[in-house]
Amino acid sequence: MALPLSYNVRNVRARWQVSLLAVIGIGLVVTVFVALMAMRTGFTMALRSTGVPENAMVVQRGSASELTSWVPLDHRNKIVVDPRVAVASDGRPMASPEIVVVGAMPRRTDGLQTNVTIRGVTPKAFEVRGGIEIKQGRNFQPGIDEIIVGRRIADRIQGLDLGATIPIQKHHWKIVGIFTSRGGAFESEIWGDLDTMAGPFRRQGGSNSLAVRLKDPKALESFDRWIRDDPEMQLQAVEERKYYEDQAGGLSATLLFLVAFVSIIMGIGAVFGAMNTMYAIVAARTREIGTLRALGFSRRSILFSFVVESVILAFAGGLFGCLLAFPINGFSTASGQTPSFSEVAFAFQITPNILAWGLVFATIMGFFGGLLPAFRGARLPITSALREA
Amino acid sequence: MSAEAARQPAAGPIVDVRNVRKVYRRDAEEIVVLNGINVQVPNGEFLALMGPSGSGKTTLLNLIAGIDRPTSGEVIVAGTDVGRLSESELARWRSHNVGFIFQFYNLIPVLTALENVELPLLLTSLSKKERRERALTALKVVGLADRAGHYPRQLSGGQEQRVAIARAIVADPGVLVADEPTGDLDAKSAEEILALMESLNRDFGKTIIMVTHDPRAAEKAHTQKHLEKGVLKA
Ligand SMILES: Nc1ncnc2c1ncn2[C@@H]1O[C@H](COP(=O)(O)OP(=O)(O)OP(=O)(O)O)[C@@H](O)[C@H]1O
Ligand SMILES: [Mg+2]
Repeated sequence: MALPLSYNVRNVRARWQVSLLAVIGIGLVVTVFVALMAMRTGFTMALRSTGVPENAMVVQRGSASELTSWVPLDHRNKIVVDPRVAVASDGRPMASPEIVVVGAMPRRTDGLQTNVTIRGVTPKAFEVRGGIEIKQGRNFQPGIDEIIVGRRIADRIQGLDLGATIPIQKHHWKIVGIFTSRGGAFESEIWGDLDTMAGPFRRQGGSNSLAVRLKDPKALESFDRWIRDDPEMQLQAVEERKYYEDQAGGLSATLLFLVAFVSIIMGIGAVFGAMNTMYAIVAARTREIGTLRALGFSRRSILFSFVVESVILAFAGGLFGCLLAFPINGFSTASGQTPSFSEVAFAFQITPNILAWGLVFATIMGFFGGLLPAFRGARLPITSALREA
Repeated sequence: MSAEAARQPAAGPIVDVRNVRKVYRRDAEEIVVLNGINVQVPNGEFLALMGPSGSGKTTLLNLIAGIDRPTSGEVIVAGTDVGRLSESELARWRSHNVGFIFQFYNLIPVLTALENVELPLLLTSLSKKERRERALTALKVVGLADRAGHYPRQLSGGQEQRVAIARAIVADPGVLVADEPTGDLDAKSAEEILALMESLNRDFGKTIIMVTHDPRAAEKAHTQKHLEKGVLKA
């Protein structure tokens, strides 16, 4: 039978000063890990659409983002009357043609120019996209130079204040409302009237994308095939959620790679720190190991016991690291590294999942840090261990 | 049990050391620590092992206790040829057959007196309740039941050694090995420990093999043997 867990817990408590450095080391690695993962989660969430499952994005084949896509008006007219497209209560198709441009605007923090996505939409956009809520002011009126601004970008860009007027493409646009979109990507955008914007933005005769609501999401495949099979149209239909996820996907993967890279490099350092500490602990308890072995405890139970002790240390470090990372939860920042190179504001999101993974990571570091010292302890000949002071 | 009895007639020695040599090799150099030791210890004996420092007393005791193996020869304890057991068999065998008493007590500092005494019982199939009861009984035997919840640092040297003795007897082994059990104690505590060991030998029938430098300690034993230059003298 193994040595009781309380034996290890008490040893950790009794000699906590010895292991403090190792615990802090592992803790800091977990802090960085949790922070980076929270950044990735926040970023991914900020790039998500509002996510209506029946929605499809009609975009140009091969285009990397809405910016570089073009859906001509005659193609749009052909597509929106397809029977698979849902019909609104006013009898018109649930279709939202949208134009997208990027404008350079100064950040509130340092005044540096950053790209902001500006989207021209029809009133149908609010019905089709869903989840848009005007939080302050009112919606823009079609036909005049009015815009509404997503809350996140309003917080980050100079002059994006309710009631203010900003210049875009030699026009002066009045900000009449601030909106949210359930934390999604639109909160980092400026929205205005499609027809009013089309002229100054030189986006006439079509739109960059066309979001449509399908009657049945299962019809997406045949809808897409029908569009692709038309030799005149260089278009495709993609599930809306997937479209935005794919846009975030590359970045998400890059961020995950970054997290893994940084965590592994730092983790190796922390493992060596823990290893050092465990070697010291094993050395200090050599006679105790000899005693336990003499009493009949096996090499295996000694090995196991010291690995467990190292894991307990690391787990304590992990808890400390999670605690240390916690204040960054909700901390807002922004990145311009999006497919359209426009600023996307996001908040660090610490989820229970991330914390759990942080603790798992700490445990793994503790395991590897403890393994070699535990082996040394377990391999000691009983007689020489007992001779130790 | 009957097979055990057949191998180990009641009249025969409980410890039988035959032609034991122990040689340490350091590089090309050979250090012969034990050179042909023969000793038979009858059941119920209280043997004092004496000799100058470095004469191999601890080495011989370790061989008998099954925590070391002879270079050649046989060590048969309680009917078992200790040298033939595998590492894990030997560990198991020790937990049932040998009780250890050390010069510096070797209690686990983070465990209470009761938990220290209970330690060998973790290797048995006893329930937690049974283990606690047995450990408490052993503490009663050494007169420290009232110190069950104390940690080693809260005990005097003599008390620590008594707790260690309780730990040595809790699994009811036939043989107790003690390496200078009074070596770190003042005269009065040493006296008490020796009295306790005498009682274990007399009242509980334990065979005791005790290494000591102290002639007064050795006097308590029935028999004294002297190790010198790797050979045993009566
Ligand atoms: N692992 C080892 N490697 C080499 N030599 C050893 C080893 N263990 C013990 N020795 C040597 O064996 C000899 C006997 O040691 P042992 O500890 O048995 O003596 P002892 O009679 O118990 O001495 P003391 O009274 O000082 O405790 C010593 O010379 C010691 O240096
Ligand atoms: Mg010795």
